[in-house]
Amino acid sequence: MNRFRLFGVVAAATLALTACSGTGQDDDGASGNKGDFTYAVITHSSAGDAFWDRVKSGTEQAGDDYGVTVQYDSDPDPAGQSQKIDGAVADKVDGIVVSMANPDGLETSIKAAVAAGIPVVTINSGVDRFQEFGAITHVGQSETIAGQAVGQRLKDEGLSNVVCVIQEAGNVGLEERCKAVGETLGGKVENLQVDGTDDAAVQASITSKLQADSSIDGVLTLGGQYAIDAVGAVEQAGSAAKVATFDLSEDVITNVQDGKILFAVDQQPYVQGYLGVTTLYLKDLNGNDVGGGQPVNSGPAFVTQENADDVLEFAKNGTR
Amino acid sequence: MATATAQPDERLATTGPVARLLKRPEIGALIAALVVFLFFALTTETFATPAGASTWLQTSSTIGIMAVAVALLMIGGEFDLSAGVMTGFTGLTVGVLTTHWGLNIWVAIVVALVLALAVGALNGFMVMKTGLPSFIVTLGTFFVLQGIDLALVKLIIGQVAIQGMSNVPFYAQPQKIFGSTFSVGGATIHVSVLWWIAVTIIASWVLMRTRAGNWIFAVGGAQSASRQVGVPVFRTKIGLFMTTAFAGWLVGMLVLFRTSTVQSNTGIGQEFIYIICAVVGGCLLTGGYGSAIGAALGALIYGMVNQGIPYSGWDSNWLKAVLGVMLLGACLINNWVRKRAENAR
Repeated sequence: MNRFRLFGVVAAATLALTACSGTGQDDDGASGNKGDFTYAVITHSSAGDAFWDRVKSGTEQAGDDYGVTVQYDSDPDPAGQSQKIDGAVADKVDGIVVSMANPDGLETSIKAAVAAGIPVVTINSGVDRFQEFGAITHVGQSETIAGQAVGQRLKDEGLSNVVCVIQEAGNVGLEERCKAVGETLGGKVENLQVDGTDDAAVQASITSKLQADSSIDGVLTLGGQYAIDAVGAVEQAGSAAKVATFDLSEDVITNVQDGKILFAVDQQPYVQGYLGVTTLYLKDLNGNDVGGGQPVNSGPAFVTQENADDVLEFAKNGTR
Repeated sequence: MATATAQPDERLATTGPVARLLKRPEIGALIAALVVFLFFALTTETFATPAGASTWLQTSSTIGIMAVAVALLMIGGEFDLSAGVMTGFTGLTVGVLTTHWGLNIWVAIVVALVLALAVGALNGFMVMKTGLPSFIVTLGTFFVLQGIDLALVKLIIGQVAIQGMSNVPFYAQPQKIFGSTFSVGGATIHVSVLWWIAVTIIASWVLMRTRAGNWIFAVGGAQSASRQVGVPVFRTKIGLFMTTAFAGWLVGMLVLFRTSTVQSNTGIGQEFIYIICAVVGGCLLTGGYGSAIGAALGALIYGMVNQGIPYSGWDSNWLKAVLGVMLLGACLINNWVRKRAENAR
């Protein structure tokens, strides 16, 4: 008896499935319906990254504001990320926002999305290649421009021997930043690879680096949370090195107020997420080309002791 | 147990086809795969379309090739934690040799294969000679390779990812074998899916139909006993480690020629996914029991869940949690079916 009932369920399910796979291809149901759009946001972030959580908040806020559906997903492995883009194309979304940390790895998938008539916007990294792949625009902070600005600022502060802390192996953008810092600093910039998933280890690595070379007068971190590790490391090592960082958090701003961190570069991740979705929305709704084929800058904005109080308020909301 | 008095030996007792089918290690995974498929096919629009299917088949294929090789090794009673990072290691080897030193691309591919097999053989040699658990030995290899992938690659090419691979002379030739796609009924299928099927069939054949297959079950089930009856334990185990290394090379090539790039962090952490897929597919952690097709089905489940979650529109922050629950569920179904099948004997 049981077995027959099971058979019935399976048979019914199979029938329903056939019906289902038939309707899936009919239409995308979105075009023409004002505001009824679905966008896939696919970044190269690892799960639980504070910076990318702000990007995600930006995309979700834009989705709420415009009344569109936003699906956020991420994979640090370019092969995995490109598979998610393929998935979004198969899902016939109305637009894709993608961060291109490794353009070569995403080339095929992004071109396939463009070929399928799906508008693509790149955010964060990928400014050099977005046009080539057919993306409508890029929203982000040029790693080179930001890195050079930081190098200049560090030089103005009188620093000449800086450790550049890289928290993510395989991220081309981070390497570019450190390189650009060296171009304007005019001194020595040495990269230090750390395990970004383990803050205690990050702090220990920086500490030993400072202990090993007492002539180091600056530590530059490339993510907000690592600046806190660096501040701890400087104290632990009894070093006089100054700390500067890319990206913000509440703690970073408090440390800037206290003078423990020289400055923080804000590339405004919330803006990247929000504008990424906005660009697609305006394209679908109104045929607009935000940026007119040129990249749109989301930063850099410097947070120093002077303006830290204002920024802190927003950082508490998780939007800066 | 047969009641017939005419049976001379209970081991020769015939069992019904249903009971025999249920006793296969992969049957739980098969049922779980059907459940997962039906769930996403019924709850999302895209999952069961040709375009949707091509995405989860692609995800499953590279995981599946590794899972099958890892399953063979697990049946033989060993682990290989360096299997994941091996995929990055081989891809980076080819990338560095061609883009930086201008070596012929086919030669580079062969060099990567030789290096991979050497690492596999070394893994096996150390496990057999030192008597250390393979968990420890391959954990060591895992870290060494991870370090090489980052430090040596950065030292040589000054970057952490291969750039300009598609401009290498004759790139199109291996790209056809490892990275091309073809169309079946409106679905774009990656050639890696064919590799996956081929690897599964060959591994199943070796396990079920050859003497080497018997050896694998024997060394995994009872190593010293099998040595006493003349099974070449040393050779079998080294061969198994070389098999996972070979699979790592194959997947490294599939990734390199699909995306035309490989990063220093490629494959790190994937080794656990392979082991999970093999276990979902019916392999016992203690060795001596399991199947290749089961591991392939385990990878299929993983691929379907991995792509099904975005199709469902769920918050991707939940992906790992959902994945864990579904994999545990698959294992439980697996166990339950196997126990019932064994009781029904």
